[in-house]
Amino acid sequence: MSKKLINKARGLSDKAIAWIFITPTVLLLLAINIYPLFYAISMSFTNFYANKIGKEIKWVGLKNYIKVLGKESVWERMQITANFMFWTLLIQALIGLGLALLLNKKFKGNELLTTLIVLPMMLSPAVVGTFWTYLYNPQVGVFSYIMNFFYNFGPIDMIGSSVLAPWSIVIVDTWMWTPFTMLICLAGLRSIPDYLYEAAEVDRASRWQQFIYITLPSVLPFLLLALLFRGIENFKMFDMVVELTSGGPGSATELASIQLKREAFEKWKTGYSSAYAVILFVTIFGFGNVYVKVMNKIKDR
Amino acid sequence: MLDSARSPAESSGFSRKIAATIIIVYTVVTLIPITWIILTGFKSVDGAITYPPEVFFKPSLEGYVNLFTTRSRQSQEYLDSLPPPDTWYEELVRSREMVIAGPSKFFGRYTNSLIIGFGATFLSVFLGALAAYAFSRFKIPLKDDLMFFILSTRMFPPIAVAVPIFIMYRKIGLGDTHLGMIILYTVVNLSLAVWLLKGFMDEIPREYEEAAMIDGYTRMGAFFKIVLPQATTGIAATAIFCMIFAWNEYAFAVLLTQFNAQTAPPFIPTILGEGGIDWPAIAAGTTLFLIPVMIFTVVLRKHLLRGITFGAVRK
Amino acid sequence: MKNKFIILISSLVFALFSSTSAKSESITLGWAAWDPANALVELSKGFTAETGIDVNFEFVPWPNFADRMLNELNNQGKTFDLLIGDSQWIGGGAVYGHYVKLNDFFDQEGISMDDFSDATVYAYSTWPKGTPNYYALPAMGDALAWAYRKDWFDRPELQSEFQAKHGYDLGVPKSWDELYDMCTFFQGREIDGQVRYGAAINTERGSEGITMGVTAAMYAWGMQYENPDKPYEMEGYFNAPHVVEAVEFYKKMYEDCTPPGHSDAYMGANLDAYKSETVAFQMNWYAFWPGVSKEDADGRVTGFFANPCQETCAATLGGQGLSVVSYSDKKDLALEYMKWFAKPDVQAKWWSLGGYSCHKDVLGASDFVDSAVYAQGFLDSMGIVKDFWQEPTFVELMLPMQEHIHDYVVNGKGTAKAALDNIIEEWVEVFEADGKL
Repeated sequence: MSKKLINKARGLSDKAIAWIFITPTVLLLLAINIYPLFYAISMSFTNFYANKIGKEIKWVGLKNYIKVLGKESVWERMQITANFMFWTLLIQALIGLGLALLLNKKFKGNELLTTLIVLPMMLSPAVVGTFWTYLYNPQVGVFSYIMNFFYNFGPIDMIGSSVLAPWSIVIVDTWMWTPFTMLICLAGLRSIPDYLYEAAEVDRASRWQQFIYITLPSVLPFLLLALLFRGIENFKMFDMVVELTSGGPGSATELASIQLKREAFEKWKTGYSSAYAVILFVTIFGFGNVYVKVMNKIKDR
Repeated sequence: MLDSARSPAESSGFSRKIAATIIIVYTVVTLIPITWIILTGFKSVDGAITYPPEVFFKPSLEGYVNLFTTRSRQSQEYLDSLPPPDTWYEELVRSREMVIAGPSKFFGRYTNSLIIGFGATFLSVFLGALAAYAFSRFKIPLKDDLMFFILSTRMFPPIAVAVPIFIMYRKIGLGDTHLGMIILYTVVNLSLAVWLLKGFMDEIPREYEEAAMIDGYTRMGAFFKIVLPQATTGIAATAIFCMIFAWNEYAFAVLLTQFNAQTAPPFIPTILGEGGIDWPAIAAGTTLFLIPVMIFTVVLRKHLLRGITFGAVRK
Repeated sequence: MKNKFIILISSLVFALFSSTSAKSESITLGWAAWDPANALVELSKGFTAETGIDVNFEFVPWPNFADRMLNELNNQGKTFDLLIGDSQWIGGGAVYGHYVKLNDFFDQEGISMDDFSDATVYAYSTWPKGTPNYYALPAMGDALAWAYRKDWFDRPELQSEFQAKHGYDLGVPKSWDELYDMCTFFQGREIDGQVRYGAAINTERGSEGITMGVTAAMYAWGMQYENPDKPYEMEGYFNAPHVVEAVEFYKKMYEDCTPPGHSDAYMGANLDAYKSETVAFQMNWYAFWPGVSKEDADGRVTGFFANPCQETCAATLGGQGLSVVSYSDKKDLALEYMKWFAKPDVQAKWWSLGGYSCHKDVLGASDFVDSAVYAQGFLDSMGIVKDFWQEPTFVELMLPMQEHIHDYVVNGKGTAKAALDNIIEEWVEVFEADGKL
């Protein structure tokens, strides 16, 4: 019986195969995501508080949205999030691509080193945040200890300083996720076909020209893809920062997700926080859309 | 096989040495925190918070013992009244004036992580590869929009989705189940899997499959026998990332699971030990938790670094 | 054939029924994962021995405790039969129907709230506050107190230097001013070849740390949340001049007395700082003192004292009560556990294992004060405790306080008065939305 099935599968038309390949994914995504999306959107128009059981749920229209967009603290958090995203993406792009280019050269042990470099990425973000509080401790932590080897700063308080705290989260995120960008770029570099370079050799192109005209354009789509995903993740970043600084000092590192969690899961303001979540979603949706269009344009060139 | 680095206009030995040096320095620096974590796992609870931090210290397995057991503090009289300890770990615990009350939930949580982590990884890579191929090769109506839809599923803040998923799962009986968590993690990973794999498959020239199909392969056969093997780099990278996400996920695990399917991440960072934060236990848990992912990566590394060989086809 | 089939089915059914009745019963109790929880596990073995009912425990670490438990309750989950919930959850537990009202049960079983310390009954059981409506059995008494390095204080050279500088003896501080003098005395001082610092105080941003700490000062300055005659009138009370002074004093303590990097510290971090011998004082919950003093068998190293007075004497309340979850299917078994827990001999054993019993028989026993170094302090503290709001909306009240106080004390933004004003502004919003104002 299975042989019949295999034969049938072998003979399927392209169109049928396309549907078979895509449908499970799309269906699964719809099934799990539809209800939460509906829930969030419908909740955002109400004054529902998840903990006030029995209180009448009223339709309030756009009131929650107006409240969210009108609150100064919300814009502050958005700015903190944008700041975080900008620096992490920039630094990780530079270092990640650089490392990939270096690792792509043939030298002894680059395989071992690649495996070691990706270690930080494999830790749980919550654990990373917790441990870095230990590492950042001015008294007993290794970070301050090592920095003081270079220059006598005295005990460095990364987490308690409103100036340094935002950098502390950028550093930890970069430490952890640069390997992600590096790995994708490296895999991309490895996919560049030999014949492109061989043809260039035949045309007597210099190594630098080969880099600019072959290597970079080939790796650019991969780099952009990596940054896209890192950008989406950092926009939603939550557990690492919560463990590291709790959004402090004060609110110096309170990312939008952290404020959202506090509204949704501590104050239980379901209606309000649903509106907030929808706004965040629409923001990243919009940016993502633009970014993907740009990415596709570059790829097609 | 390894040395499939591109740039045949080869880098001189000198530039290779420079590259190696820079990489080695970076690796050492980036590994210092991890080494510190692993070392801390072998310190005693008091030894972990000394100032200045101890680089050389007398190792102890206290962290590991604490990780795997629950203990309760007892009075000296009670301890004296007990028979002498018969195992080395009981002895260690007694020396801290505690008795072992029972095993901790770490082992169970670890096992859950293995089941859920590998399950979700396999499922997301499998489904993702299928979809990626279709998007890469075929004319799909509304292809860009569908691709973006898939990407957008990753954009919703988990915090906001957690409660409705909690409710939904409770209703359909997937609350606190392995299957429920596997499905959830697969769903989150699918966006990455599809996009990454499509990116890699786009780089594989269609000429290969077309040549194969002319030779008598069906589309399916071409997919499994020609394209997938070429895409191993992409598949390996995707698998590693999916694994890492499913393995380390925290927010959903805390809220959606309690007894049966709870994984290790919610457990490890918050081991508030007897009279203080139990850093050695946290470090021990982190170290042990790192191992399967590491092994997974090491096993896949050959595929990851292989790349595609293009001897046959010339453009 | 048919007969065999019937025999097979009936034996299966029989086996099924007998197995369910042979299975032992069990209840599930939820609490936070900390030292006293382990003691409770040990204690509960007595319950299982007596009744044959197994007790399963689910301990959630403090940072996630409220999220997990409150989410469970909001969704009417049946996972827990018993819950040792934080004192601040009482309002929500009563108003939203999460907790079973215990009055009838107490009357039935002859459990009297008069047997438990009045302060704990008020704080952990009643809602509305002070009325005879009970939703929990006081399970774990707790308050914020202080530990100090008695061995350093006993050094003659330090004593004489301090006496010369401040004109009174180094010892248990009798006021916050004295506490400040002593902390700054140790700040940056080299003892035994290492630099030491003054005090490890609460500064945690994430849950409730800095609020618990700053209220220890505010209460000592006589802070009242609201007008006693007009509920929810906070203006002029919560931001009165003496309260502003208390908050400024706490900031002074943070700046002048704490070790570097102590900007997000709570229970564990304070314990770590004290244990690594970095500080002369630590502020923490009584729950941790058994662990701290066990390191010090002859009591030479660590001493304890209740929150110092200033304009009045007060201490920050902690502690939890034991409640029955109203959504549970095993309420009767849960109530049996509560009945057992309330017994005086069980309460005495609870104290001996490290739990802070609230039973008058235990606290009033002649040997209580001698049973532990911190016992007297505990009695003193429980007599002067004040709690944060226990309203159902308490988290919405806690969050602005955490944010603005941390912003002022640690981040240096604005003034103390401005911080308090901002807090009141947000509190008014909360109470208005809740219909209280």
